[in-house]
Amino acid sequence: MSEEKKVSRRDILKMGTAGAFGIAGSYYLNKMTQIPTVAQASNDSSHKKGNHSNHANMSDKTITTGYKMAERLLTEFDYGKVTKLPNGQTLREYEVVAIDKEIEIAKGIKFPGWTYNGTIPGPTFRCTEGDLLRFNFINEGSHPHSIHFHGIHPPEMDGLTSIYPGQRFTYEFEAKPYGLQIYHCHVLPLARHIHKGLYGNFIIDPKKPREPALELNMVMNGYDLDLDGENEFYTVNGYAFAFMNHPIKIKKDQLVRIYLSNLTEFDLLNSFHLHANYFTYYPTGRNDNPSQFTDTIMQCQGERGIIEVRFPYKGIYMFHAHVSEFAELGWMGFFEVE
Amino acid sequence: MKGKWLITVLIPLVLLIGVLGWVLKNGAGVEKDPAAPIEVLNIERIKVTKIGFELFVSNTGPKPLTISQVMVNDSVWNFNVAPQAKLERFDEGKVTISYPWVEGDPHTIKLITENGIITEGEVAAATLTPETTWSNFLNYGLIGFYVGIVPITLGLLWYPFMKRFSRKSINGILALTVGLLLFLFVGTLADGFEIGAEAPSVFQGNMVVIIAASLTFLLLIGFDQYQQRKQEKKGYSPFGLALLMATGIGLHNFGEGLAIGSSFALGEAALGTFLIIGFTLHNITEGIGIAAPLLKTTPRFRDFLLLGVIAGAPAIVGTWVGGFIFSPIWGALFLGIGAGAILQVIYVITKMLIEDHRKHNEESVSWLNLSGFAIGLLIMYFTAFFVKF
Ligand SMILES: [Cu+2]
Repeated sequence: MSEEKKVSRRDILKMGTAGAFGIAGSYYLNKMTQIPTVAQASNDSSHKKGNHSNHANMSDKTITTGYKMAERLLTEFDYGKVTKLPNGQTLREYEVVAIDKEIEIAKGIKFPGWTYNGTIPGPTFRCTEGDLLRFNFINEGSHPHSIHFHGIHPPEMDGLTSIYPGQRFTYEFEAKPYGLQIYHCHVLPLARHIHKGLYGNFIIDPKKPREPALELNMVMNGYDLDLDGENEFYTVNGYAFAFMNHPIKIKKDQLVRIYLSNLTEFDLLNSFHLHANYFTYYPTGRNDNPSQFTDTIMQCQGERGIIEVRFPYKGIYMFHAHVSEFAELGWMGFFEVE
Repeated sequence: MKGKWLITVLIPLVLLIGVLGWVLKNGAGVEKDPAAPIEVLNIERIKVTKIGFELFVSNTGPKPLTISQVMVNDSVWNFNVAPQAKLERFDEGKVTISYPWVEGDPHTIKLITENGIITEGEVAAATLTPETTWSNFLNYGLIGFYVGIVPITLGLLWYPFMKRFSRKSINGILALTVGLLLFLFVGTLADGFEIGAEAPSVFQGNMVVIIAASLTFLLLIGFDQYQQRKQEKKGYSPFGLALLMATGIGLHNFGEGLAIGSSFALGEAALGTFLIIGFTLHNITEGIGIAAPLLKTTPRFRDFLLLGVIAGAPAIVGTWVGGFIFSPIWGALFLGIGAGAILQVIYVITKMLIEDHRKHNEESVSWLNLSGFAIGLLIMYFTAFFVKF
């Protein structure tokens, strides 16, 4: 130690004071600090004063392209071009074109879809049991596709063969059995081809017509935008919240018949729940199947059925998937009974 | 003659412009349209307010994009984008979502663009984001004071004890300081990379850290050499060296403040509190390091005060920045500068140690120095347990 002059005792004391001041400061800090260290604000009413009236979220009355598609699919049935065969049988011919098309699936969201005739879901084909059906399928898309119809028909008409882009094929078979059928593409990879939008309802009416009713077509589906095997949106007829922002108008006591099917990929089940009312559910659209009187049903992938319901009171009735997550991601709507 | 010289410069330049122009006009000759839309939406900051969430976003992709839908915890939600939902390249916007969040719960927010590209943001544990009020400002400043200035001053208090040491022991302490600083250098660099990785990819956060660190290091060395030549001095004055250390450590402490401030801002108050305790303990050793070069001199009280403030006060500023205006790219820049500054201090002390031992005909890596260095590293390693999870 060459240096003789050391730090004076007084200086050390001063430094000690600075340190002590710091410690004291830090002690008070804990008491004074406004920064919360414990959970608190969850029952704070302040953030409930915001815009959270029930389902006020996702409200948008704009008539978008996507909504127009969903609305059209709700009541449009494709009966085909009808002629009589020499033996008296009815022949129905349908045009089905596979097209790559961007579909609006929620307000402002474009989905690069693969479609039958340009919509997701595809057209609702309709016929009567015993008719001879001819589906002229033209593939104008970028990938091989096919149409696999549910029902009873010869295996060579089952849609397992790929129809390549630019090619065409005619599926021909007799319509049976009556009920609600579905159709979809059956080219591998299956989940991808179906999820992209190649599916729809296919109604075979019984020979003895059903009671007249307001008939609605609903296909439950989902969209996986980032291809992670999980859907971002769930809808009926392809557009999120379509009938929530534009309720489906119904007359009081009118018979309503809904052709409902589940073509959701990546989720096992989807469901339909009606508020403030009960309905009769006919699985696969068969009157001879054991039916249910309920307000909630569920369908596995590919399952379908007919819902028949009358509304005894005027007003707004909600319907949605009873899986809350699906409901909040787009599968939710209203009936407006007048 | 001069004209010719100019022409030889201009010819390659004109040709280069020609080639670039041709490529720009005709494309590279490969594919023109990308297979999938390239959209890069960055969520820079999520503020939790009484009404819901405020997201500060920017478009750093090559094309304009439009935010079309917002989902909060797997539920489509109403939202508002200011100034508008369509963001041009490098445009910034604020997405406001009215949402009844739950205190302490994690919340996932998905922004979906027109082309279906999803950008996800997360609130790890929802709690009100501190507002920039005077009282919060003061509280944050107090935390910074607590973490930065207090422990360093406490460390400086060991000065009288160290004062009794011999020259060799002092060198041992300096070697210990090198150990401390090496640990800080690596840690600061790693923190910089971690924060830099969160910055939008166009800014290349990691490169910002490297550029800032190397430029700071070289600039400080260059500045030193210039100073030495100018003043015809040899080496540093002990106080100059301590000042240098205090500056480097100060920049490092800015990073610590940043970590604390942003953890409070992100709603992780428990983590923030733990960081405060940990950094406080950790930083006592920094005071010892700063005091080491002064052992051969007679510092005045205000010298200690100055050193304590230079090394500690940046923690206050860091806490403010972290708590109120945090953005990853600025964090990366500051931590890069900090790392460069620390590296330069390591360089200076090491050089000084080697020169001192050479002057006395001793080996510079003596057992004492080696132990000092090892102890320095180990002290930092074990005290860092308080801030690592
Ligand atoms: Cu297909």
